[in-house]
Amino acid sequence: MIKFPIYLDHNATTPCDPRVVDAMIPYFTDNFGNAASRNHPFGWAAEEAVDYAREQVAKLIGADPKEIIFTSGATEADNLAIKGVYDMYASKGNHIITVTTEHKAVLDTCKHIEKSGGEVTYLTVAPDGLINLQELEAAIKPTTILIAIMYANNEVGVIQPVKEISAIARKHGILFFSDATQAVGKIPVDVNKDGLDLAAFSAHKMYGPKGVGALYVRRKNPRVKVTSQMDGGGHERGMRSGTLNVPGIVGFGKACELCMQDMESDNARISKLRDKLENALSKLEESYVNGSKEHRLPQVSNISFKYVEGEGLMMGFNKDIAVSSGSACTSASLEPSYVLKALGLGDDLAHSSLRFGLGRFTTEEQIDYTIAQVSKTVTHLREMSPLWEMFKEGMDMDKIEWAHH
Amino acid sequence: MAYSDKVIDHYSNPKNVGTLDKSKKNVGTGLVGAPECGDVMRLQIEVDDATGLIKDAKFKTFGCGSAIASSSLATEWLKGKSVDEALAIDNMDIVEELNLPPVKIHCSVLAEDAIKAAINDYRTKNNMEAIKFETSAVH
Repeated sequence: MIKFPIYLDHNATTPCDPRVVDAMIPYFTDNFGNAASRNHPFGWAAEEAVDYAREQVAKLIGADPKEIIFTSGATEADNLAIKGVYDMYASKGNHIITVTTEHKAVLDTCKHIEKSGGEVTYLTVAPDGLINLQELEAAIKPTTILIAIMYANNEVGVIQPVKEISAIARKHGILFFSDATQAVGKIPVDVNKDGLDLAAFSAHKMYGPKGVGALYVRRKNPRVKVTSQMDGGGHERGMRSGTLNVPGIVGFGKACELCMQDMESDNARISKLRDKLENALSKLEESYVNGSKEHRLPQVSNISFKYVEGEGLMMGFNKDIAVSSGSACTSASLEPSYVLKALGLGDDLAHSSLRFGLGRFTTEEQIDYTIAQVSKTVTHLREMSPLWEMFKEGMDMDKIEWAHH
Repeated sequence: MAYSDKVIDHYSNPKNVGTLDKSKKNVGTGLVGAPECGDVMRLQIEVDDATGLIKDAKFKTFGCGSAIASSSLATEWLKGKSVDEALAIDNMDIVEELNLPPVKIHCSVLAEDAIKAAINDYRTKNNMEAIKFETSAVH
């Protein structure tokens, strides 16, 4: 029996693992204390649970528990890292280097920095989604204080050369922050081997609850500090005020422990299913896999089906199968995916893309069903696509004067 | 966003998908939109020389479900109408019939534009002056 609806949007969010939920439950009711209450058993129990979770989280990325700052999620962690470094190291400089394919939480934070007088360089990427290390090094100025480059991309799954980036950052005495939201829990991330000074990640992308995330802040070689962005009780070593989300943090810790324990076997199974899906759908005429296939997360595949529009395509099966598209029609902005455009895709191919994000609970039956449904819908829509007809007639569509609106 | 039943019906069972012979004098073709914008509609009408009525209408659309439904509905409405009656089809009629949400109004505008473009193509082919339409406000 196939389980419906099929969820293939794991880069957006993941379901909570039932083992995570079990671990969290007691912290809503019996152990509801405030971890900052230092003088009674309710507070002690909460603090102990948070300490334990902090160890579980730290262990997953090879960090010291003292280097973990709990936040409300990766967006907050991105903001805290970039704004926090910008404020803390203002005397050293005001220049930040980032990449055009970053998540909005990083890009919009950088825009904010620019408005407040900072300078930001946005590196472009090659068609495979990877940055050019020479360009990165060439962009460094005496005023550069931070390199902010994501670990793995949320739309195409492309993994940046993190070790090489950190080597360049070290050489120039610049801090390196990585938004590792899509990577932590999915692939091995080690803050020391990778040379990360700061890293943001989130529980709900790795089978933990929504509303909790973390910022890793290096304490040694070098000791990194960030200026807090919220005023209050001085929690989290003064870097992030606010009562700790104890049940969420407990769930986050458990999720990290499970990812560490199951990562290898999960990835072996999931990447096989991903490859099966991708190989089958790539056989459809005029379909293109987006981003590097070599440097990529094992759980995701982003494919453009030329001459059909992404939202129209999803409509063919979205009662049964949940995926996402880079088509403008699926976003509020009316612009197709800026990530795919940064990879050099034309608007037409960006509009025609689907992202398949597999996960821990994806089954082979679900993948077989997805292959059949997507193939069927692509064929159905091409039969009614004027562009497909023109393509089949050998017409050069670039020569048509389209009425742009 | 949930789709209306009518949009789903036109999407699943589109009416009048196909191609008319555009070399024929009594066939008018309208091609509107652009691949970059995520919508391209091609709408064709075939006019009966004797009666002046639209005897056939076909479409092909690259776009979202609402764009497909708007063009499918337009071809249904066109059949049996005179060219002048066809000119009276307003995009808001399509919006109403399909219960299109505000973000999808541009799909109905595109369908109206496609009708007008097909009619003008028919008119110029038959030595009539093309009608100048106001540029649509919503796109």
